[in-house]
Formats: sequence, C-alpha cells, structure tokens
Amino acid sequence: MKSVIIIVQVLSIILVAPLISGIIRKIKDNLRMRKGASIFQPYYNFLKLLSKDEVISENSSWIFKITPFIVLAAAITATCLIPLFGTGFSLNNMGDIFTLIFILALGRFCLSLAGLDTASTFSGMGSSREMFISSLVEPVALLALFVVALNSESTSLSLIAGVFNFKLSSLVAVIALFMVTISETSRIPIDNHETHLELTMIHEAMLLEYSGRSLAMLELATHIKQMIFFSLIAIILFPLIILPSFGLYQILFTIAFFLLKILIIGTLIALVEISIAKMRLFRVVDFLGFAFVLSLTALIIQTWGM
Amino acid sequence: MSALCFASFFPCDPLSLFFVFVILIISFPSLVFSIGYLKNEYSSRKIALSWILSLGFIFSMLGVVTTNNGFFFLIMWELMSLISYFLVVFDSKKSKSIQAGTIYIIMTHIGTTFITAAILMLFNYSKSFDFIAMKNAVELIPSGTKNLIFLFLLIGFGTKAGIVPLHIWLPYAHPQAPSHISSIMSGVMIKTAIYGLLRFVFIILGIHNLWWGVLVVILAAISCLVGVIYALIEHDMKKLLAYHSVENIGIILLGIGASMIFLKMDIPSLAILSLIAGLYHLINHAIFKGLLFLCAGSIYKATESLDIEKLGGLIKKMPYTAACFLIGSMAISALPPLNGFVSEWLTLQALFLGALNSSGFFRIFLGIAAASLALTGGLAAACFVKAFGITFLSLSRSKKAEEAVEVPFSMKFSMVFLSLLAVLFGLLAVPIVKYLSHLSQYITNIHLNTSFALNNFTLITQSKNPIYLSTPLILILFLLIIATAYFIIRRALPFQKVLINKTWDCGYYNLTPRCEPRFPNRGEYTATGFSKPFRLAFSFFLLPQTKTEKIKDSFYHTTSFKHEISTTPFFNKYIYSPILYLIMKTAKVTRKLQSGSINVYIAYIFATILLLIIFMEKF
Repeated sequence: MKSVIIIVQVLSIILVAPLISGIIRKIKDNLRMRKGASIFQPYYNFLKLLSKDEVISENSSWIFKITPFIVLAAAITATCLIPLFGTGFSLNNMGDIFTLIFILALGRFCLSLAGLDTASTFSGMGSSREMFISSLVEPVALLALFVVALNSESTSLSLIAGVFNFKLSSLVAVIALFMVTISETSRIPIDNHETHLELTMIHEAMLLEYSGRSLAMLELATHIKQMIFFSLIAIILFPLIILPSFGLYQILFTIAFFLLKILIIGTLIALVEISIAKMRLFRVVDFLGFAFVLSLTALIIQTWGM
Repeated sequence: MSALCFASFFPCDPLSLFFVFVILIISFPSLVFSIGYLKNEYSSRKIALSWILSLGFIFSMLGVVTTNNGFFFLIMWELMSLISYFLVVFDSKKSKSIQAGTIYIIMTHIGTTFITAAILMLFNYSKSFDFIAMKNAVELIPSGTKNLIFLFLLIGFGTKAGIVPLHIWLPYAHPQAPSHISSIMSGVMIKTAIYGLLRFVFIILGIHNLWWGVLVVILAAISCLVGVIYALIEHDMKKLLAYHSVENIGIILLGIGASMIFLKMDIPSLAILSLIAGLYHLINHAIFKGLLFLCAGSIYKATESLDIEKLGGLIKKMPYTAACFLIGSMAISALPPLNGFVSEWLTLQALFLGALNSSGFFRIFLGIAAASLALTGGLAAACFVKAFGITFLSLSRSKKAEEAVEVPFSMKFSMVFLSLLAVLFGLLAVPIVKYLSHLSQYITNIHLNTSFALNNFTLITQSKNPIYLSTPLILILFLLIIATAYFIIRRALPFQKVLINKTWDCGYYNLTPRCEPRFPNRGEYTATGFSKPFRLAFSFFLLPQTKTEKIKDSFYHTTSFKHEISTTPFFNKYIYSPILYLIMKTAKVTRKLQSGSINVYIAYIFATILLLIIFMEKF
C-alpha cells in the first residue's frame, strides 16, 4: 500500500510540476498587463521537444549524453524523500533532509560538467556561476533546515512534515529557505528563466547546447526541482494532516490542500519576481549572506526555545 | 629471544590494526602503480632506490602505528619523516623539489619537537615509555600540565596532519614527490598524525577539559574552509589535491573534535557516532585522495604537465583515467552514493544530534560547525567541477594534451582498484559502521548497546524520532529511474535523429584553430575564468592582485598584452615571513660572537671555566 502511494505521489508530482511553472508565468504576465501564454505551455514545450531531432556538439563526450538522465533521476529520487499527502508516505528509510540536499547536488554537479563539456564559452560561464552560487546556497539551506530539524527533533522528513509545533524560529528559517528557493529555482533576482541574454544567464546558459529530448528531460527536471523546494516550504509551514482513514474524499481533500499550498508559494515567488530587478552576480553574495544571517538568527532564536 | 623481545614492542590492538589496514590498502595499489609510472621516467638505479625508499616508508609507518612504546614511537616517527623527506626530494634535479623538501623537513621537525616534549612530559610521571604505564600514570599529572601536554600534542601532530596554520608544507611537499608517493603521503602519512592524537589524547591522556574539543573543532572548521578556498584558485593539479588534504583533515578532525566534546559532556552514544564519522572519513579520504593522486600521476605521465590550464579533452584520450578521476571527484565532493557522502552525512548527523542534545552556546556552535561543513562541501564540489571539467572535458589546450595516450595496465589497475573501493565503501556503509563502532568503543572505553544499523542496508543514527540512511537503496532507485527514463526516451518513443555538429560560438568558428601552440582553443572556458567569481567573493582573504603590461608600438595600437593575476599567500606573508625574519635577525646578532679569532675563543673558554668555578663554590 505504502509503496503504491509513494509511486502515485511521485508520478503526480512529475505530472503537476510543469503546471506550476506555467501558472507562475501566467501570474507574472497578467501582473505586467500582458495576456501571456496558456498555463499549459510547459507541457506543449515538453511535447514539442520530444518530437524534435537532437543536435550534439562534436566536442562533447559521454558526460554530455548521460547528464540529462542523471539530472532527471536525481530530481525524482529526491522527490521520493518528500511526504506530500500524508506523513508516512515517503521513502524515509532511504535518507533524511541532508540526503535530499546531497542528491540534488549530484544533479547539479553533472549538469555543470556537461556545461564545460561542449567547449562553449557560454555554458562554461554558466557552470562557473552555477557552482559559485550553489556553493554559497549550501550553508544557508543546511543551516535553515538544521533549525527546522531541531524544532522537530529529527532530520527525517516524515517527522518534520508531521510536527505541528509552530515556532518563530521555523518561520525565520522558512524565510531563509524561501531565499534559497529563489536561487535554486533560478528566479529573479538571482537568475532569469525567460531570457537567453548572456549577461543574465546562469542556469539557462548551462543548457544552451542541449536540444530535443535531452532538453525536454532537463526542463522537466527543473520543474520537479522547483516542486521539491516548494513542497519543502509547504511541509514546514503547513504540516501534514494525518488522515484517519483512506476514503476517496480524504484523498481528494489532501491533494487539493497540497495544491493550494503550492499555489500560495508559487504566487509569492511570482510577486517577488515582478517587483525586484535582477542583481549583478556579485550582489548575489550579499543576498545569500543576508539569507545566511537569517538562518543564523533562526538558530539563535531556536536556542531561546522559541 | 631478542627478536621476540623486540616483537613485544609491536603488539597490535584494534586501533593499530585499523591503521595497518588503511596503510596497506593504499600502499598496495600505489606500489603497483609505480611499476608503470617509474618505467621510462627514471634510470633503473633510481627505480631501485624508489622501491627501497617506498618500502622503507611503508614499514616505518607500520612501525608508528603498531608500537606500544613511546620511545620506539618517536624513532619510527622520525624514520618516517626522514624517508618521506628523501622521497620528496626524489627529483633532486629540480630546485623546486629541494625547496619543498627543506620546508617539509623544517616543519616536520618542529612538529616532532613538540611530540617529543609531550612524550617526555608523560615519561616524567610514568617513569616508563610503555603506553600502558603512561596511561596508568596520567592521574598523577596536574591539570595545568595536562593542558600543556595536550597543546603540545595538538601542535606536533597538527603539523604532520596539516591543520591550518601549520599546513604550509603540504602544498609544497606533496606535489614534488613522485605521484605514487604523493598518494601514500596524502592518503596515509598525514593520517598517522590522527593516529597519534587518538592514541595519546583519547587513550592515554583522556579528555580532561571541554575546551580541548572546542579548540579542535574550531581549528578543524578553519582548516576545511582555508583548504578548500586555496584549492579553488589553485591550477596545479597536485597542489590542488594537496590543499584538499588540508580540507579533508579538517572534516576528519571535525568528527574527532565533536567526539571529544561529547565525551566531556557525557553523551556516550554521540561521542561514538562522531568518532565513527571521523574514522570513516579518514579511511574514505585515504581511498579517494590516493585515487586522485594516482590519476594526477597518470595525467603527468601522459602529458608531462600538471597545469590544468594546459590540459583539456583528455576524456577521449584517456577514458579509464577520466572515469576513475570522475569517481574520485564525486566521492570527495560527497555525492551519493559514494563513500565521501556517507562520512560527511555521519559528521552532519553527529553535529545535528549534538546540537539537539545540548543547549545555549553549544547548540549555536555546533550549528555553525555544520554550516561551515556545508560550505566546504559546496566549494569542494565547485573545485572538482573545475578540476575534472577543465582537465578532461572540452578541447585540448596544448599539443601534449592533444597527443596524450592512455597509461599502461599496472597504472590503470591501481586506479580502477581504488575506484571500486570508493564505490564499495559507500554501499557497504552498515558493516563498516558496525566495525568502526566497535573500534570507537575500544578507543573511548565506553560500552554501548545501541548499534547504528537498522538492517544490513540501512543506517540509523537516532532511535527516538528515527533518522535513516540507505545508500544501496539510493543507488537502486537511481539506476531504476535512469533505466526507465532511458527506455522511454530512447526506445519507447518513435526514433529521432541525433546529429553531431559544431558548438555554438557566435559564428566565429575559425578564430579557434585547434592546437596551434600559440593559440589554444580560445573560446573555451579556462580554470582562471571558472574560479574568478570565487576569487572575487573571497577577496577579503585571498587578497588578489592583478598586473597588466601593455607593449605599444604607437599611441593607438597595442602589440602585446600581458595580464597577470596572483593572490597573496596569507599565512606565508603574515605569519611565517615575520617569524623567519626574526630568526634571521637574531642569527645575525649572535654571529658577532663568532669572530673567528683564536684569542677570543680562548677568552670564552677562560670565562666559562671561571663562571663554573664560581658556580660550584656558591652552590
């Protein structure tokens, strides 16, 4: 029963993930007084890319070819760790919240290597910047999750998700985590999804040489990764309800509740994106430095017992 | 009979056996590697010398970790230092080797001095060099002296281990030795210092103050960060790896220092867990650092260069070396499911559970230690993306790299052997943790009922509110998803063409002729470019300097342009240079005593005799 639920849960995340990106984009466009593309546009893109031929650089090696699979597999493996519809429904035997960070790092490591593999200046630049930003994100993310885990007395995600003793320190940590999410999902002010302008590219620059099905997989992985971070915030802010029984209504209710949480976070991200200008690369250090100070503050507040 | 008597100085307790295992498991592939590595590189006499020295080096390390006598320990320690000195200056024709050797032998002797002083202080109370006698006499030592002995041991062994700021010999000495020796030095020799700390501080001296552990953790965290930041801006492959040794020794000591804190706080299960994490990382670091140094040796053998800016594109020419280096890089970057990940995870767990079970200052302290470990991990991953990406991927940047060929079988065998170990030590986490748990209980003299294993595949670090980790499960799931994705994308969906074409270069394809010596592939990203954001972000510490030279033939036209970037070696400039200056200055003053005239020396002798007579009369 449990494994079936986990599989259903992971599949539904994979299916829903592009939709969230589409909705965020739609919100952004509408707020800018544009009509915007349909919220299903990421699906159309995915299907379009599946039917395209692929072009691979003559300079590239097997690293370039296997990277899309590894990045996608890392994102999906990390998804298995997160309980979404109920506290027990994750592979908590596999690892904890630190494991999740390390698994995502695996995908990033390979993607950065693929960026260097094609001998292109743009993607090399993207790799360098991505590793730079992610290495600064790592302590922030870890310390914020450290505080949240202290509140729930365990780093296991199913326990973090089930604890409803909301504390001030968790809230401060979640703000830091929100800043981490902005950076990890390559949103403004750190990065910009929407352009291919070399000055602003970080994540997109690494994908520049990819096309066809490989690109489709990498984009899907990006959507899934975004869902992972949103879900992390969601389960910390709104802990899961332990279901008394498995009725159809209960399941529908939890799914609806989950989608609502994700939508709230998505809307917040969209609002941040349209109200801030993109930062220069070296201002990102200040942004993440601030996030680190926030996590540290959360830790200090936590030691006071709040 | 005398042989038996001698053998009684080298009994093996579990701690010794563990280190014997670590030494042998790295030395074996390194020696096999040297068969191919030394061939055609040196004359046959030099090869014979290398074998004698290498074997002597390994035996002296075995002696260090097996003896039960402080006196023999010092002799073996000195023997190990001297033989390794001869191995550092093995390429004695290079002036760099001589300089590196000199720095090494001076630093290592400063360390030995402190260790000798500490052992003599212990001897003063025990009246015997035997470890057990020393341990029994510890109660007699007043607490101030204990602190002093601990500090002496920390400085002494810290010099050998390369903790900041005593690390300066490492990036000089390790790169200069032949690669198989670098692999043993970095993989094993610096670990004998950890052995010394465990033997003398944990077993003999015992943990007497809380600040001992705090000091070790602080030094460890600083070592991690300093090591990895220097490694990021370093473009010499072996120097880069040497700086990573400083970082990894930091991670090991983070576990061991945390264990000291928890022992003093009387939380035995966490003390054991932290010690397991430290020892696990110790053996993991031996494996992947040994592997990476061997790969660096292969690169040197194939291209005669270790400057990564001159390499590139080696993955197509040296597929085995590339795959092994990739595994080593992933292991050192703590990526699941390889071995480095398990030990860093355990260290994080130890710090987290420590924070959970303490309060106030210590909670914040351990949290910051965990954050610095995370930053180290992130930066290490960035550094190895650079090291692997620039060396093995994209296009060759020099003619030598273009013409590289794969190394012979003996070298490939050693690299593959260590790569397999890196994978196995990640997957077999449970049996290894069980074994290390017994070992840690022996070291700390604590008996625990909790084992850190749920079943044969899953680790558990806390039983109330359980926390699990299962690396085999991660690997299985990962491979399953890759297989499914591959099946769907490449098999189930209708076939799509995959075309091979040029990389997008804004249309300027002919600007980058391949492998012209003066014009390497200019479009590629370089190591300097890759590390630039880090250089700027950490400029407060690295203090980078740029120097630009332009040669103009007229006001408007520049014929050549030279741009140099360098960073200030902080510790050399602000700590070691002033000390060196002071020593030289005192030496100059004392030289005036030595006038060279025989009359003056006779006067000295006369004055000395006079003083002695007065001294004897008075007392």
